[in-house]
Amino acid sequence: MAENKKWMPRWFYQMASPRWSYEIMGKLMPWFAIPAAVLLVLGIAWALAFAPQDYQQGNSFRIIYIHVPSAILAQSCYMLMAVAGAIGLIWKMKVADMVAKSCAPIGATMAILALATGAIWGKPTWGSWWVWDARLTSMLILLFLYLGVIALHSAFESEATAAQATAVLALVGLVNIPIIKYSVEWWNTLHQPATFTLTERPAMPAEMWVPLLIMVIGFYCFFAVSLMMRTRNEIIHRERRASWVRELIEKQ
Amino acid sequence: MSFDSFSEFLAMDGHGQYVWLSYAIALVLFVVNLVSPLLRKKQLIAELKRRLRREKSTS
Amino acid sequence: MSEMLTKEPVRTGEQSIGGLFLAVLKRDLLLSYRRRSDLVNPLIFFLMVATLFPLGVSPEPDFLAQVAPGVVWVAALLATLLSMDSVFRSDYEDGTLEQTLLSPQPLFVVVLGKITAHWMLTGLPLAVLAPLLGVMLFLPEGGMGGLMLSLLLGTPTLSLVGAIGAALTVGLRKGGVLISLLVLPLYIPVLIFGTSAVQAAVTGLPLDGYIALLGAMLALGIGLAPLAVGAALRISVSG
Repeated sequence: MAENKKWMPRWFYQMASPRWSYEIMGKLMPWFAIPAAVLLVLGIAWALAFAPQDYQQGNSFRIIYIHVPSAILAQSCYMLMAVAGAIGLIWKMKVADMVAKSCAPIGATMAILALATGAIWGKPTWGSWWVWDARLTSMLILLFLYLGVIALHSAFESEATAAQATAVLALVGLVNIPIIKYSVEWWNTLHQPATFTLTERPAMPAEMWVPLLIMVIGFYCFFAVSLMMRTRNEIIHRERRASWVRELIEKQ
Repeated sequence: MSFDSFSEFLAMDGHGQYVWLSYAIALVLFVVNLVSPLLRKKQLIAELKRRLRREKSTS
Repeated sequence: MSEMLTKEPVRTGEQSIGGLFLAVLKRDLLLSYRRRSDLVNPLIFFLMVATLFPLGVSPEPDFLAQVAPGVVWVAALLATLLSMDSVFRSDYEDGTLEQTLLSPQPLFVVVLGKITAHWMLTGLPLAVLAPLLGVMLFLPEGGMGGLMLSLLLGTPTLSLVGAIGAALTVGLRKGGVLISLLVLPLYIPVLIFGTSAVQAAVTGLPLDGYIALLGAMLALGIGLAPLAVGAALRISVSG
Protein backbone atom coordinates (compact mmCIF):
# COMPACT_ATOMS: atom_id res chain seq x y z
CA MET A 1 0.00 0.00 0.00
CA ALA A 2 2.79 2.37 0.94
CA GLU A 3 4.44 1.75 -2.42
CA ASN A 4 1.27 2.65 -4.23
CA LYS A 5 1.21 6.05 -2.67
CA LYS A 6 4.43 7.03 -4.32
CA TRP A 7 3.27 6.65 -7.88
CA MET A 8 -0.34 7.74 -7.64
CA PRO A 9 -0.89 11.50 -7.46
CA ARG A 10 -2.26 13.00 -4.26
CA TRP A 11 -5.61 14.02 -5.69
CA PHE A 12 -6.31 10.38 -6.50
CA TYR A 13 -6.35 9.55 -2.79
CA GLN A 14 -8.21 12.71 -1.88
CA MET A 15 -10.87 11.66 -4.36
CA ALA A 16 -11.56 8.66 -2.13
CA SER A 17 -13.01 11.09 0.41
CA PRO A 18 -16.64 11.75 -0.51
CA ARG A 19 -16.57 15.10 1.25
CA TRP A 20 -13.52 16.34 -0.65
CA SER A 21 -15.07 15.16 -3.92
CA TYR A 22 -18.37 16.84 -3.12
CA GLU A 23 -16.66 20.15 -2.43
CA ILE A 24 -14.28 20.05 -5.39
CA MET A 25 -17.16 19.18 -7.74
CA GLY A 26 -19.13 22.11 -6.41
CA LYS A 27 -16.18 24.39 -7.15
CA LEU A 28 -15.54 22.92 -10.59
CA MET A 29 -19.12 22.98 -11.77
CA PRO A 30 -19.30 26.65 -12.88
CA TRP A 31 -16.06 26.18 -14.82
CA PHE A 32 -17.87 23.67 -16.98
CA ALA A 33 -21.39 25.10 -16.87
CA ILE A 34 -20.44 28.48 -18.33
CA PRO A 35 -18.38 27.11 -21.24
CA ALA A 36 -21.12 24.53 -21.88
CA ALA A 37 -23.78 27.23 -22.18
CA VAL A 38 -21.61 29.54 -24.31
CA LEU A 39 -20.34 26.81 -26.62
CA LEU A 40 -23.72 25.18 -27.12
CA VAL A 41 -25.50 28.46 -27.91
CA LEU A 42 -22.69 29.57 -30.22
CA GLY A 43 -22.46 26.14 -31.84
CA ILE A 44 -26.19 25.79 -32.43
CA ALA A 45 -26.46 29.29 -33.91
CA TRP A 46 -23.50 28.61 -36.18
CA ALA A 47 -24.76 25.14 -37.10
CA LEU A 48 -28.29 26.23 -37.92
CA ALA A 49 -27.79 29.61 -39.56
CA PHE A 50 -24.20 30.13 -40.70
CA ALA A 51 -22.70 26.79 -41.70
CA PRO A 52 -23.01 26.20 -45.45
CA GLN A 53 -25.38 23.51 -46.64
CA ASP A 54 -24.11 20.24 -47.97
CA TYR A 55 -24.10 19.92 -51.76
CA GLN A 56 -25.55 16.39 -51.55
CA GLN A 57 -27.85 16.43 -48.56
CA GLY A 58 -28.84 20.11 -48.42
CA ASN A 59 -29.98 21.46 -45.11
CA SER A 60 -30.72 18.10 -43.48
CA PHE A 61 -26.94 17.94 -43.10
CA ARG A 62 -27.33 20.31 -40.15
CA ILE A 63 -28.46 17.32 -38.05
CA ILE A 64 -24.80 16.22 -37.99
CA TYR A 65 -24.13 18.89 -35.36
CA ILE A 66 -26.33 16.96 -32.90
CA HIS A 67 -25.84 13.44 -34.17
CA VAL A 68 -22.05 13.20 -34.14
CA PRO A 69 -21.41 14.82 -30.73
CA SER A 70 -24.08 12.68 -29.06
CA ALA A 71 -22.67 9.52 -30.65
CA ILE A 72 -19.13 10.36 -29.54
CA LEU A 73 -20.33 11.21 -26.06
CA ALA A 74 -22.37 7.99 -25.75
CA GLN A 75 -19.24 5.97 -26.52
CA SER A 76 -16.83 7.84 -24.29
CA CYS A 77 -19.38 7.84 -21.49
CA TYR A 78 -19.42 4.04 -21.59
CA MET A 79 -15.64 4.03 -21.41
CA LEU A 80 -15.67 6.38 -18.42
CA MET A 81 -18.29 4.20 -16.73
CA ALA A 82 -16.17 1.06 -17.18
CA VAL A 83 -12.95 2.78 -16.03
CA ALA A 84 -14.67 4.31 -12.99
CA GLY A 85 -16.18 0.91 -12.22
CA ALA A 86 -12.75 -0.72 -12.45
CA ILE A 87 -11.27 1.89 -10.08
CA GLY A 88 -14.13 1.21 -7.70
CA LEU A 89 -13.50 -2.53 -7.89
CA ILE A 90 -9.73 -2.38 -7.47
CA TRP A 91 -9.28 0.42 -4.94
CA LYS A 92 -12.73 0.03 -3.31
CA MET A 93 -13.33 3.72 -3.88
CA LYS A 94 -16.92 4.73 -3.17
CA VAL A 95 -16.81 7.93 -5.21
CA ALA A 96 -15.72 6.01 -8.31
CA ASP A 97 -18.73 3.72 -7.87
CA MET A 98 -20.98 6.75 -7.67
CA VAL A 99 -19.46 8.25 -10.83
CA ALA A 100 -19.99 4.96 -12.66
CA LYS A 101 -23.61 4.82 -11.51
CA SER A 102 -24.21 8.43 -12.60
CA CYS A 103 -22.71 7.80 -16.05
CA ALA A 104 -25.27 5.18 -17.08
CA PRO A 105 -28.42 7.33 -17.43
CA ILE A 106 -26.56 10.17 -19.17
CA GLY A 107 -24.91 7.78 -21.60
CA ALA A 108 -28.23 6.10 -22.31
CA THR A 109 -29.92 9.44 -23.14
CA MET A 110 -27.00 10.33 -25.42
CA ALA A 111 -27.35 7.00 -27.22
CA ILE A 112 -31.09 7.64 -27.59
CA LEU A 113 -30.36 11.12 -28.96
CA ALA A 114 -27.86 9.72 -31.47
CA LEU A 115 -30.35 7.06 -32.56
CA ALA A 116 -33.27 9.50 -32.83
CA THR A 117 -31.29 12.04 -34.85
CA GLY A 118 -29.88 9.26 -37.02
CA ALA A 119 -33.37 7.99 -37.75
CA ILE A 120 -34.68 11.50 -38.51
CA TRP A 121 -31.69 12.16 -40.72
CA GLY A 122 -32.31 8.86 -42.52
CA LYS A 123 -35.76 9.97 -43.67
CA PRO A 124 -34.69 12.69 -46.14
CA THR A 125 -31.42 10.88 -47.01
CA TRP A 126 -32.48 7.26 -47.48
CA GLY A 127 -36.24 7.75 -47.65
CA SER A 128 -37.04 5.64 -44.59
CA TRP A 129 -36.93 6.22 -40.85
CA TRP A 130 -34.75 3.26 -40.06
CA VAL A 131 -31.97 1.68 -42.08
CA TRP A 132 -29.76 -1.11 -40.77
CA ASP A 133 -26.70 1.05 -41.16
CA ALA A 134 -23.56 -0.16 -39.36
CA ARG A 135 -23.19 2.92 -37.16
CA LEU A 136 -26.85 3.08 -36.19
CA THR A 137 -26.90 -0.64 -35.42
CA SER A 138 -23.77 -0.39 -33.24
CA MET A 139 -25.34 2.56 -31.42
CA LEU A 140 -28.51 0.52 -30.83
CA ILE A 141 -26.43 -2.29 -29.32
CA LEU A 142 -24.59 0.26 -27.17
CA LEU A 143 -27.98 1.46 -25.91
CA PHE A 144 -28.85 -2.17 -25.06
CA LEU A 145 -25.59 -2.44 -23.11
CA TYR A 146 -26.49 0.72 -21.15
CA LEU A 147 -29.98 -0.60 -20.44
CA GLY A 148 -28.49 -3.88 -19.21
CA VAL A 149 -26.19 -1.99 -16.83
CA ILE A 150 -29.07 0.11 -15.50
CA ALA A 151 -31.31 -2.96 -15.10
CA LEU A 152 -28.62 -4.90 -13.26
CA HIS A 153 -27.91 -1.98 -10.92
CA SER A 154 -31.55 -1.59 -9.99
CA ALA A 155 -31.93 -5.33 -9.32
CA PHE A 156 -29.62 -5.24 -6.29
CA GLU A 157 -30.71 -3.91 -2.94
CA SER A 158 -27.26 -3.20 -1.54
CA GLU A 159 -25.57 -0.24 -3.23
CA ALA A 160 -22.09 -1.70 -2.77
CA THR A 161 -22.93 -5.05 -4.38
CA ALA A 162 -24.79 -3.32 -7.19
CA ALA A 163 -21.78 -1.13 -7.93
CA GLN A 164 -19.39 -4.09 -8.03
CA ALA A 165 -21.66 -6.22 -10.20
CA THR A 166 -22.30 -3.44 -12.71
CA ALA A 167 -18.58 -2.67 -12.81
CA VAL A 168 -17.88 -6.26 -13.90
CA LEU A 169 -20.64 -6.06 -16.50
CA ALA A 170 -19.37 -2.71 -17.80
CA LEU A 171 -15.84 -4.11 -18.14
CA VAL A 172 -17.12 -7.16 -20.02
CA GLY A 173 -19.04 -4.78 -22.27
CA LEU A 174 -15.94 -2.66 -22.80
CA VAL A 175 -13.99 -5.70 -24.02
CA ASN A 176 -16.91 -6.60 -26.27
CA ILE A 177 -17.56 -3.20 -27.84
CA PRO A 178 -14.69 -3.39 -30.37
CA ILE A 179 -15.71 -6.93 -31.33
CA ILE A 180 -19.34 -5.88 -31.71
CA LYS A 181 -18.37 -2.82 -33.75
CA TYR A 182 -16.13 -4.83 -36.05
CA SER A 183 -18.66 -7.63 -36.54
CA VAL A 184 -21.51 -5.22 -37.23
CA GLU A 185 -19.47 -3.27 -39.77
CA TRP A 186 -18.44 -6.48 -41.45
CA TRP A 187 -22.04 -7.77 -41.48
CA ASN A 188 -23.15 -4.47 -42.97
CA THR A 189 -20.73 -4.60 -45.89
CA LEU A 190 -21.89 -8.16 -46.54
CA HIS A 191 -25.55 -7.24 -46.82
CA GLN A 192 -25.56 -3.69 -48.14
CA PRO A 193 -22.61 -3.16 -50.40
CA ALA A 194 -21.35 0.43 -50.35
CA THR A 195 -24.40 2.37 -49.30
CA PHE A 196 -24.16 6.05 -48.64
CA THR A 197 -23.12 6.52 -45.01
CA LEU A 198 -24.38 9.53 -43.15
CA THR A 199 -21.25 10.93 -41.61
CA GLU A 200 -18.40 9.59 -43.67
CA ARG A 201 -17.23 12.23 -46.10
CA PRO A 202 -14.03 13.39 -47.70
CA ALA A 203 -12.41 16.43 -46.11
CA MET A 204 -15.00 18.72 -44.60
CA PRO A 205 -14.37 22.44 -45.17
CA ALA A 206 -13.50 24.54 -42.11
CA GLU A 207 -16.90 26.29 -42.03
CA MET A 208 -18.40 22.85 -41.42
CA TRP A 209 -16.03 21.21 -38.99
CA VAL A 210 -15.31 24.20 -36.76
CA PRO A 211 -18.92 24.40 -35.53
CA LEU A 212 -18.91 20.61 -35.21
CA LEU A 213 -15.84 20.79 -32.98
CA ILE A 214 -17.50 23.54 -30.91
CA MET A 215 -20.56 21.36 -30.46
CA VAL A 216 -18.48 18.33 -29.44
CA ILE A 217 -16.65 20.34 -26.77
CA GLY A 218 -19.94 21.88 -25.65
CA PHE A 219 -21.48 18.43 -25.30
CA TYR A 220 -18.53 17.27 -23.22
CA CYS A 221 -18.79 20.28 -20.89
CA PHE A 222 -22.51 19.72 -20.52
CA PHE A 223 -21.86 16.08 -19.77
CA ALA A 224 -19.36 17.05 -17.07
CA VAL A 225 -21.92 19.34 -15.43
CA SER A 226 -24.70 16.77 -15.51
CA LEU A 227 -22.37 14.04 -14.25
CA MET A 228 -21.17 16.18 -11.35
CA MET A 229 -24.74 17.07 -10.37
CA ARG A 230 -25.72 13.41 -10.29
CA THR A 231 -22.58 12.33 -8.48
CA ARG A 232 -23.06 15.02 -5.82
CA ASN A 233 -26.61 13.75 -5.25
CA GLU A 234 -25.28 10.21 -4.92
CA ILE A 235 -22.68 11.38 -2.39
CA ILE A 236 -25.32 13.09 -0.26
CA HIS A 237 -27.53 10.03 -0.44
CA ARG A 238 -24.86 7.44 0.40
CA GLU A 239 -23.20 9.63 3.06
CA ARG A 240 -26.45 10.77 4.65
CA ARG A 241 -25.35 9.54 8.09
CA ALA A 242 -22.04 11.43 8.04
CA SER A 243 -21.83 14.52 10.22
CA TRP A 244 -20.69 16.83 7.40
CA VAL A 245 -23.80 16.00 5.39
CA ARG A 246 -25.97 16.78 8.42
CA GLU A 247 -24.31 20.16 8.81
CA LEU A 248 -24.74 20.79 5.09
CA ILE A 249 -28.44 19.97 5.26
CA GLU A 250 -28.99 22.10 8.36
CA LYS A 251 -27.44 25.10 6.66
CA GLN A 252 -29.86 24.91 3.71
CA MET B 1 -25.44 33.66 -43.12
CA SER B 2 -26.70 30.97 -45.43
CA PHE B 3 -30.34 32.08 -45.43
CA ASP B 4 -31.88 35.23 -46.92
CA SER B 5 -35.02 35.45 -44.84
CA PHE B 6 -36.44 34.07 -41.62
CA SER B 7 -39.08 31.99 -43.38
CA GLU B 8 -36.38 30.39 -45.49
CA PHE B 9 -34.48 29.68 -42.29
CA LEU B 10 -37.52 27.91 -40.88
CA ALA B 11 -38.22 25.94 -44.04
CA MET B 12 -34.61 24.83 -44.70
CA ASP B 13 -35.47 23.95 -48.33
CA GLY B 14 -38.16 21.51 -47.28
CA HIS B 15 -35.94 19.76 -44.75
CA GLY B 16 -37.05 22.06 -41.93
CA GLN B 17 -39.23 19.49 -40.17
CA TYR B 18 -36.35 17.02 -39.88
CA VAL B 19 -33.78 19.56 -38.73
CA TRP B 20 -36.07 21.24 -36.23
CA LEU B 21 -37.37 17.92 -34.90
CA SER B 22 -33.77 16.77 -34.25
CA TYR B 23 -32.87 19.96 -32.43
CA ALA B 24 -36.10 19.83 -30.43
CA ILE B 25 -35.39 16.28 -29.27
CA ALA B 26 -31.85 17.33 -28.34
CA LEU B 27 -33.23 20.24 -26.32
CA VAL B 28 -35.73 18.03 -24.50
CA LEU B 29 -33.09 15.44 -23.59
CA PHE B 30 -30.68 18.17 -22.41
CA VAL B 31 -33.36 19.73 -20.23
CA VAL B 32 -34.22 16.29 -18.81
CA ASN B 33 -30.55 15.72 -18.00
CA LEU B 34 -30.41 19.02 -16.13
CA VAL B 35 -33.78 19.00 -14.40
CA SER B 36 -33.82 15.42 -13.15
CA PRO B 37 -30.67 15.79 -10.98
CA LEU B 38 -31.99 19.12 -9.69
CA LEU B 39 -35.32 17.57 -8.70
CA ARG B 40 -33.54 14.64 -7.14
CA LYS B 41 -31.39 17.01 -5.09
CA LYS B 42 -34.45 18.87 -3.86
CA GLN B 43 -36.15 15.62 -2.92
CA LEU B 44 -33.01 14.32 -1.16
CA ILE B 45 -32.59 17.49 0.89
CA ALA B 46 -36.24 17.52 1.92
CA GLU B 47 -36.01 13.88 2.93
CA LEU B 48 -32.84 14.37 4.97
CA LYS B 49 -34.26 17.47 6.67
CA ARG B 50 -37.32 15.52 7.70
CA ARG B 51 -35.12 12.77 9.10
CA LEU B 52 -33.00 15.26 11.06
CA ARG B 53 -36.08 16.87 12.54
CA ARG B 54 -37.46 13.48 13.56
CA GLU B 55 -34.18 12.53 15.22
CA LYS B 56 -34.13 15.81 17.15
CA SER B 57 -37.68 15.45 18.41
CA THR B 58 -37.08 11.91 19.68
CA SER B 59 -33.79 12.60 21.44
CA MET C 1 9.74 -21.02 -0.35
CA SER C 2 12.57 -23.31 -1.44
CA GLU C 3 10.15 -26.22 -1.62
CA MET C 4 8.07 -24.30 -4.13
CA LEU C 5 11.04 -24.02 -6.43
CA THR C 6 11.71 -27.76 -6.66
CA LYS C 7 10.06 -29.49 -9.54
CA GLU C 8 8.13 -32.18 -7.73
CA PRO C 9 5.29 -30.11 -6.17
CA VAL C 10 4.80 -28.16 -9.38
CA ARG C 11 4.07 -31.29 -11.32
CA THR C 12 1.60 -32.59 -8.78
CA GLY C 13 0.00 -29.14 -8.88
CA GLU C 14 -0.38 -29.46 -12.61
CA GLN C 15 -1.90 -32.86 -12.30
CA SER C 16 -4.34 -31.66 -9.72
CA ILE C 17 -5.45 -28.83 -12.01
CA GLY C 18 -6.34 -31.32 -14.71
CA GLY C 19 -7.85 -33.57 -12.08
CA LEU C 20 -9.83 -30.73 -10.58
CA PHE C 21 -11.21 -29.80 -13.99
CA LEU C 22 -12.25 -33.40 -14.64
CA ALA C 23 -13.73 -33.77 -11.15
CA VAL C 24 -15.88 -30.65 -11.55
CA LEU C 25 -16.92 -31.76 -15.02
CA LYS C 26 -17.83 -35.23 -13.84
CA ARG C 27 -19.76 -33.95 -10.86
CA ASP C 28 -21.83 -31.52 -12.92
CA LEU C 29 -22.56 -34.10 -15.61
CA LEU C 30 -23.63 -36.61 -12.98
CA LEU C 31 -25.85 -34.07 -11.24
CA SER C 32 -27.64 -33.16 -14.44
CA TYR C 33 -27.94 -36.81 -15.44
CA ARG C 34 -29.98 -37.31 -12.28
CA ARG C 35 -32.37 -34.58 -13.39
CA ARG C 36 -32.86 -35.70 -16.95
CA SER C 37 -35.98 -33.63 -17.62
CA ASP C 38 -33.99 -30.40 -17.25
CA LEU C 39 -31.56 -31.77 -19.78
CA VAL C 40 -34.10 -32.24 -22.55
CA ASN C 41 -35.97 -28.98 -22.04
CA PRO C 42 -33.59 -26.71 -24.00
CA LEU C 43 -33.63 -29.17 -26.90
CA ILE C 44 -37.42 -29.22 -27.02
CA PHE C 45 -37.38 -25.43 -26.85
CA PHE C 46 -34.87 -25.36 -29.71
CA LEU C 47 -37.18 -27.50 -31.88
CA MET C 48 -40.26 -25.48 -30.96
CA VAL C 49 -38.75 -22.09 -31.77
CA ALA C 50 -37.65 -23.37 -35.17
CA THR C 51 -41.16 -24.74 -35.79
CA LEU C 52 -42.68 -21.33 -35.12
CA PHE C 53 -40.97 -19.72 -38.10
CA PRO C 54 -42.65 -21.72 -40.92
CA LEU C 55 -45.95 -21.34 -39.06
CA GLY C 56 -45.50 -17.65 -38.40
CA VAL C 57 -43.92 -16.51 -41.64
CA SER C 58 -44.24 -18.88 -44.57
CA PRO C 59 -43.78 -22.63 -45.27
CA GLU C 60 -42.38 -22.00 -48.76
CA PRO C 61 -39.15 -23.99 -49.30
CA ASP C 62 -37.33 -21.19 -51.14
CA PHE C 63 -38.01 -18.66 -48.41
CA LEU C 64 -37.21 -21.08 -45.59
CA ALA C 65 -33.94 -22.12 -47.20
CA GLN C 66 -32.94 -18.49 -47.21
CA VAL C 67 -33.71 -17.80 -43.56
CA ALA C 68 -32.71 -21.25 -42.22
CA PRO C 69 -29.17 -20.33 -41.07
CA GLY C 70 -30.44 -17.35 -39.11
CA VAL C 71 -33.41 -19.22 -37.64
CA VAL C 72 -31.34 -22.19 -36.47
CA TRP C 73 -28.73 -19.87 -34.95
CA VAL C 74 -31.27 -17.65 -33.18
CA ALA C 75 -33.04 -20.75 -31.83
CA ALA C 76 -29.74 -22.19 -30.57
CA LEU C 77 -28.87 -18.86 -28.96
CA LEU C 78 -32.21 -18.66 -27.14
CA ALA C 79 -32.02 -22.30 -26.05
CA THR C 80 -28.56 -21.74 -24.55
CA LEU C 81 -29.82 -18.65 -22.79
CA LEU C 82 -32.80 -20.54 -21.38
CA SER C 83 -30.59 -23.10 -19.66
CA MET C 84 -28.07 -20.52 -18.46
CA ASP C 85 -29.85 -19.51 -15.26
CA SER C 86 -29.41 -22.98 -13.73
CA VAL C 87 -25.60 -23.18 -14.11
CA PHE C 88 -24.77 -21.77 -10.68
CA ARG C 89 -28.28 -21.62 -9.17
CA SER C 90 -28.47 -24.98 -7.36
CA ASP C 91 -24.86 -24.68 -6.14
CA TYR C 92 -25.68 -21.24 -4.79
CA GLU C 93 -28.82 -22.40 -3.05
CA ASP C 94 -27.32 -25.41 -1.26
CA GLY C 95 -24.15 -23.53 -0.25
CA THR C 96 -21.74 -25.50 -2.43
CA LEU C 97 -20.76 -22.34 -4.27
CA GLU C 98 -19.67 -20.61 -1.10
CA GLN C 99 -17.53 -23.60 -0.15
CA THR C 100 -16.00 -23.62 -3.62
CA LEU C 101 -15.07 -19.95 -3.30
CA LEU C 102 -13.48 -20.58 0.10
CA SER C 103 -11.52 -23.63 -1.06
CA PRO C 104 -7.88 -23.22 -2.13
CA GLN C 105 -8.53 -24.69 -5.59
CA PRO C 106 -8.15 -22.19 -8.43
CA LEU C 107 -11.57 -20.75 -9.20
CA PHE C 108 -10.67 -20.32 -12.87
CA VAL C 109 -10.46 -24.10 -13.36
CA VAL C 110 -13.63 -24.84 -11.40
CA VAL C 111 -15.58 -22.27 -13.40
CA LEU C 112 -14.19 -23.56 -16.67
CA GLY C 113 -15.19 -27.10 -15.69
CA LYS C 114 -18.74 -26.04 -14.89
CA ILE C 115 -19.06 -24.12 -18.15
CA THR C 116 -17.71 -27.10 -20.11
CA ALA C 117 -20.30 -29.32 -18.46
CA HIS C 118 -23.01 -26.82 -19.40
CA TRP C 119 -21.82 -26.77 -22.99
CA MET C 120 -21.70 -30.56 -23.22
CA LEU C 121 -25.30 -30.70 -22.07
CA THR C 122 -26.72 -27.90 -24.24
CA GLY C 123 -24.40 -26.71 -27.01
CA LEU C 124 -23.22 -30.12 -28.08
CA PRO C 125 -26.70 -31.71 -28.35
CA LEU C 126 -27.90 -28.58 -30.16
CA ALA C 127 -25.14 -28.92 -32.72
CA VAL C 128 -25.95 -32.61 -33.17
CA LEU C 129 -29.66 -31.87 -33.49
CA ALA C 130 -29.14 -28.95 -35.90
CA PRO C 131 -29.15 -31.01 -39.15
CA LEU C 132 -32.66 -32.22 -38.27
CA LEU C 133 -33.81 -28.62 -38.12
CA GLY C 134 -31.83 -27.93 -41.28
CA VAL C 135 -33.84 -30.57 -43.11
CA MET C 136 -37.13 -29.24 -41.71
CA LEU C 137 -36.21 -25.74 -42.89
CA PHE C 138 -34.99 -26.89 -46.34
CA LEU C 139 -31.40 -25.85 -45.72
CA PRO C 140 -29.40 -27.02 -48.78
CA GLU C 141 -27.33 -30.15 -48.16
CA GLY C 142 -24.08 -28.30 -48.65
CA GLY C 143 -24.82 -26.07 -45.67
CA MET C 144 -25.17 -28.91 -43.11
CA GLY C 145 -21.45 -29.28 -42.46
CA GLY C 146 -21.03 -25.53 -42.04
CA LEU C 147 -24.05 -25.40 -39.73
CA MET C 148 -22.72 -28.10 -37.42
CA LEU C 149 -19.17 -26.80 -37.46
CA SER C 150 -20.21 -23.21 -36.73
CA LEU C 151 -22.50 -24.38 -33.91
CA LEU C 152 -19.75 -26.57 -32.45
CA LEU C 153 -17.36 -23.61 -32.37
CA GLY C 154 -19.94 -20.93 -31.51
CA THR C 155 -21.99 -22.50 -28.72
CA PRO C 156 -19.03 -22.79 -26.28
CA THR C 157 -18.58 -19.03 -26.61
CA LEU C 158 -22.30 -18.62 -25.90
CA SER C 159 -21.94 -20.74 -22.75
CA LEU C 160 -18.86 -18.79 -21.62
CA VAL C 161 -20.44 -15.36 -22.09
CA GLY C 162 -23.78 -16.52 -20.71
CA ALA C 163 -22.06 -17.79 -17.56
CA ILE C 164 -20.97 -14.20 -16.80
CA GLY C 165 -24.62 -13.14 -16.82
CA ALA C 166 -25.59 -16.17 -14.73
CA ALA C 167 -22.86 -15.44 -12.19
CA LEU C 168 -23.88 -11.79 -11.89
CA THR C 169 -27.53 -12.62 -11.27
CA VAL C 170 -27.20 -15.80 -9.20
CA GLY C 171 -27.89 -13.95 -5.96
CA LEU C 172 -31.07 -12.39 -7.29
CA ARG C 173 -34.45 -14.04 -7.21
CA LYS C 174 -35.61 -12.68 -10.58
CA GLY C 175 -32.47 -13.67 -12.47
CA GLY C 176 -34.02 -15.23 -15.58
CA VAL C 177 -35.16 -12.24 -17.60
CA LEU C 178 -32.26 -10.12 -16.43
CA ILE C 179 -29.72 -12.60 -17.83
CA SER C 180 -31.21 -12.23 -21.31
CA LEU C 181 -31.02 -8.45 -21.03
CA LEU C 182 -27.39 -8.54 -20.01
CA VAL C 183 -26.15 -11.25 -22.30
CA LEU C 184 -28.05 -10.94 -25.59
CA PRO C 185 -26.18 -7.81 -26.80
CA LEU C 186 -22.91 -9.64 -26.14
CA TYR C 187 -24.07 -12.60 -28.29
CA ILE C 188 -24.38 -10.51 -31.43
CA PRO C 189 -20.84 -11.08 -32.85
CA VAL C 190 -21.21 -14.87 -32.48
CA LEU C 191 -24.60 -14.73 -34.17
CA ILE C 192 -23.24 -12.66 -37.06
CA PHE C 193 -20.23 -14.85 -37.76
CA GLY C 194 -22.14 -18.09 -37.13
CA THR C 195 -24.90 -17.35 -39.62
CA SER C 196 -22.40 -15.97 -42.13
CA ALA C 197 -20.45 -19.22 -41.96
CA VAL C 198 -23.59 -21.20 -42.74
CA GLN C 199 -24.53 -18.88 -45.59
CA ALA C 200 -21.03 -19.17 -47.02
CA ALA C 201 -21.27 -22.95 -46.81
CA VAL C 202 -24.63 -22.89 -48.61
CA THR C 203 -23.27 -20.80 -51.46
CA GLY C 204 -20.11 -22.88 -51.66
CA LEU C 205 -17.68 -20.19 -50.54
CA PRO C 206 -14.68 -21.11 -48.34
CA LEU C 207 -15.44 -21.31 -44.63
CA ASP C 208 -11.95 -20.83 -43.20
CA GLY C 209 -12.28 -17.14 -42.39
CA TYR C 210 -15.51 -17.50 -40.42
CA ILE C 211 -14.32 -20.59 -38.62
CA ALA C 212 -11.09 -18.79 -37.72
CA LEU C 213 -13.06 -15.82 -36.35
CA LEU C 214 -15.37 -18.06 -34.32
CA GLY C 215 -12.30 -19.88 -33.02
CA ALA C 216 -10.62 -16.59 -32.10
CA MET C 217 -13.71 -15.49 -30.16
CA LEU C 218 -13.77 -18.87 -28.40
CA ALA C 219 -10.10 -18.53 -27.44
CA LEU C 220 -10.70 -15.03 -26.11
CA GLY C 221 -13.73 -16.31 -24.21
CA ILE C 222 -11.82 -19.19 -22.62
CA GLY C 223 -9.07 -16.81 -21.55
CA LEU C 224 -11.19 -13.98 -20.15
CA ALA C 225 -14.72 -15.16 -19.36
CA PRO C 226 -13.79 -17.45 -16.41
CA LEU C 227 -12.00 -14.49 -14.80
CA ALA C 228 -15.14 -12.35 -15.09
CA VAL C 229 -17.30 -15.25 -13.89
CA GLY C 230 -15.04 -15.75 -10.88
CA ALA C 231 -15.17 -12.07 -9.95
CA ALA C 232 -18.94 -12.00 -10.45
CA LEU C 233 -19.45 -15.10 -8.28
CA ARG C 234 -17.41 -13.59 -5.46
CA ILE C 235 -19.51 -10.42 -5.64
CA SER C 236 -22.80 -12.34 -5.78
CA VAL C 237 -21.94 -14.59 -2.86
CA SER C 238 -20.50 -11.88 -0.61
CA GLY C 239 -23.23 -9.32 -1.35
